[in-house]
Amino acid sequence: MSSTDLTGDQKEFGEYVRRWLTKNAPPPPPERLPITPIEVMTIGQRDYLQAWQRKCYVAGLVGADYPKAYGGHGNTGFQRIANQEMNRAGVPFLINIVGLSMAAPTILQHGTEEQKRKFIPGCLSGDEIWCQGFSEPGAGSDLANQRTSAVRDGDEWIINGHKVWTSLGHFAKWMILVTRTDKTHKYDGLTYFLCPIAGHPGVRVRPLVKITGETGFNEVFFEDVRIPDAYRLDDVGKGWAVAMTTLLAERGASEGAGSGGGGGASAIEQLIDLAKSSWRNGVLAADDPVTRDAIMRRAIVAEGLRQNAKRARVPALCDHPMRLPLQQKLTASEFQQDNARLGVEIAGAHSTLYKRDPRAPHAGYWPLAYLNSYGNTIAAGTNEIQRNILGERVLGLAKSK
Amino acid sequence: MTTTKTAPRDFGFGEDEAMLRDTARKMLSERLPLEKLRTLVAEAPEPVYDKGERAPWDKQLWAEIVAMGWTGLAAGEAEGGSGVSLAGITGMVEEVGRHALPSPLIPTLMASLVLRQAGGAVASQILARIAGGATASLAITNDRGSWEPEDAPLIASDVAGELVLHGDARFVQDAFKADVLVASARLGDKIVLCAVETGAKGLSLEADHIHDLTRDQASAHFVGVRVGAEAIVSRDAELVLEGVWPSLLVLVSADLCGASERLLQTTVDYAKERVQFDRPIGFFQAVKHPLVNAMVEIDRARSLLYYAAAEIDAGSGKAEIAARMAKSAASDAAAFISDRAIQLHGGIGFTWEYGLHIYFKRNLHNQAFLGDGVHQRKKLAELLIGPLSTSPNLDR
Ligand SMILES: Cc1cc2nc3c(=O)[nH]c(=O)nc-3n(C[C@H](O)[C@H](O)[C@H](O)COP(=O)(O)OP(=O)(O)OC[C@H]3O[C@@H](n4cnc5c(N)ncnc54)[C@H](O)[C@@H]3O)c2cc1C
Repeated sequence: MSSTDLTGDQKEFGEYVRRWLTKNAPPPPPERLPITPIEVMTIGQRDYLQAWQRKCYVAGLVGADYPKAYGGHGNTGFQRIANQEMNRAGVPFLINIVGLSMAAPTILQHGTEEQKRKFIPGCLSGDEIWCQGFSEPGAGSDLANQRTSAVRDGDEWIINGHKVWTSLGHFAKWMILVTRTDKTHKYDGLTYFLCPIAGHPGVRVRPLVKITGETGFNEVFFEDVRIPDAYRLDDVGKGWAVAMTTLLAERGASEGAGSGGGGGASAIEQLIDLAKSSWRNGVLAADDPVTRDAIMRRAIVAEGLRQNAKRARVPALCDHPMRLPLQQKLTASEFQQDNARLGVEIAGAHSTLYKRDPRAPHAGYWPLAYLNSYGNTIAAGTNEIQRNILGERVLGLAKSK
Repeated sequence: MTTTKTAPRDFGFGEDEAMLRDTARKMLSERLPLEKLRTLVAEAPEPVYDKGERAPWDKQLWAEIVAMGWTGLAAGEAEGGSGVSLAGITGMVEEVGRHALPSPLIPTLMASLVLRQAGGAVASQILARIAGGATASLAITNDRGSWEPEDAPLIASDVAGELVLHGDARFVQDAFKADVLVASARLGDKIVLCAVETGAKGLSLEADHIHDLTRDQASAHFVGVRVGAEAIVSRDAELVLEGVWPSLLVLVSADLCGASERLLQTTVDYAKERVQFDRPIGFFQAVKHPLVNAMVEIDRARSLLYYAAAEIDAGSGKAEIAARMAKSAASDAAAFISDRAIQLHGGIGFTWEYGLHIYFKRNLHNQAFLGDGVHQRKKLAELLIGPLSTSPNLDR
């Protein structure tokens, strides 16, 4: 993005963030970090990342555009800048991804004043880790097919059920939880809660192992779990609408309360670097015309995504206001997957070397990233579902359901 | 062109640019609805494909276009043109593509951009003529279809300060509609640029039989064409052509983006109307998802298109990279939506009468013109990865 797109205040803030990141880049982690926050496995990784998020938060890089009353910094148009700078600086990612990009925006929009004051500050500082209890064994793409039940008992609700694929559930203090409160209405029978997890009676978290060999997501079982009505978000029966707010934020259609980090050299620079150092089938990959073409395809997509983000802010060049924002999740996840896949191809026989092999190119990043990339093409609504949404909401084609 | 190095806000696409684009959209949708385009260029296949007649164009519409000043958009203000930014021209050309306008407009704009890049009195005079309604086209491509400025199609010899041109320039766009050809020729170790009247002695145009119905194309045979000092635009033009190349790529990409968006919308409309198995066919994901993929590709191309225009307007060092990315993305997006548009219309899309083929062919022509996606990426790889190494660097 060129700096002329920014106001004076934004430019000044950008410079501040750059300076701050140079001075405050954290020491190397005590143990290797995974590619994204949702594969954080150990307490060592967690503590290190939580300390880093807190530091970024105190410095104004997280919660930049959130109201001061809810622990934010009360600015406008600053978060985007901070996110970009954190990405560019190659600093670690922010661990509280569910808190920042899902819980906080949803609570901000649907919460009572009391709920906003109670829950949002912990999302921003990272002191309270959040997880998302949407998916169930029978409710994946068909998210409204919820079985986990919430039954009212005076001022409390009693929760029973089974959530699955719950990222960060093993470290979470809170969960954004969708439940069924009425069996007679599929969509209007859902209610949304903010539910305590760690140490809460009746809640059991069981880790699941991913295709990469890592943990990071979990099953969560609820057995007569009691929570106060004060933890209900928005009205009884409004759960679907609240969940849609969460999903829109999750899929990156808005700036969120903070994201970024975990970047560093651009994906394209990394691929070029790999091609220039990879001997494959006896020749240098960077000298293979087909590989060069493939890398340039990736470079074009990379620049295209950057320029899409810019064009989305020029209404005169957008036919439909949601046309570009709703592509975000689909295009970003396939971009990462295609890059990782190409990295594996470029590394040739060396791509067989995984994380612990001392001779693995880029410490085994490419096969790990390729395997891990399916997490993003599946999670947050599979890319098939994203294509349904785009076809229906943007192009206006008949609904598939 | 301005000399600032940072691209302007919003790609430099402000109110004036939007107004020009919206005027073009309104004018062309009123004056050239699909029905009219079809009767104009695709009345019957025999004349163009069997008898070899050139596809017709609407000269009255052209007179209106000239009156609106579009042909002078790339001429500077000093020459009586409007000196509009490339971002502004891009918006207008997207509409030209969206309506598949048969006209010498784009070749004239391209020739104008070359002349502006060259500068000087001769260029200035021709630009003034163009601003006044004259048409032009580029004759800079050889028989090998090379897009490299150094591979000029013609040979020049210097005879007492005059140049004499010999050779065949290929793939001259809308040559039969042009008043002037801006031709490149090799003179010793230099490339020269000349402005040659299409009626000049020794110059003959031979029509190519092309599939695209919305333009003509010719081989221009130069047999001892004499060019006086008043028509020699530049005696050292290699850098001129290199410098202007990104702008030329942007114009073709804009045409491709406009035409591709039109194909997408047409096919989406059809997928909403056409019912099979009791459902609009857009219900089926084998129809829906490719249309979404086409949208994603077109959006990418369009974002890169305005990015390239803005970088060129700013005189930035990224102009060539941006423009080659735009042409690659636009060519590939066009190939994909052209393919799906015909397929997803079923039998009706395969008919001459329905008219989808007009867009399919225009896009197919433009994919190859100035180099397809593969070619652009080859050039990009040289810029971003570096040349193919002869002695691989083992130290990395
Ligand atoms: C790494 C990871 C992290 C996750 N983290 C969380 C989390 O923290 N919290 C949470 O609640 N969930 C989480 N999920 C769950 C995720 O949201 C679901 O996996 C996803 O919505 C798909 O549901 P499913 O797995 O049941 O697959 P299914 O819905 O059974 O889909 C199976 C296949 O069928 C396709 N399909 C289904 N319906 C359609 C349709 N209508 N049209 C076309 N194709 C269709 C799908 O695209 C997919 O390819 C996570 C998943 C992953 C992989």
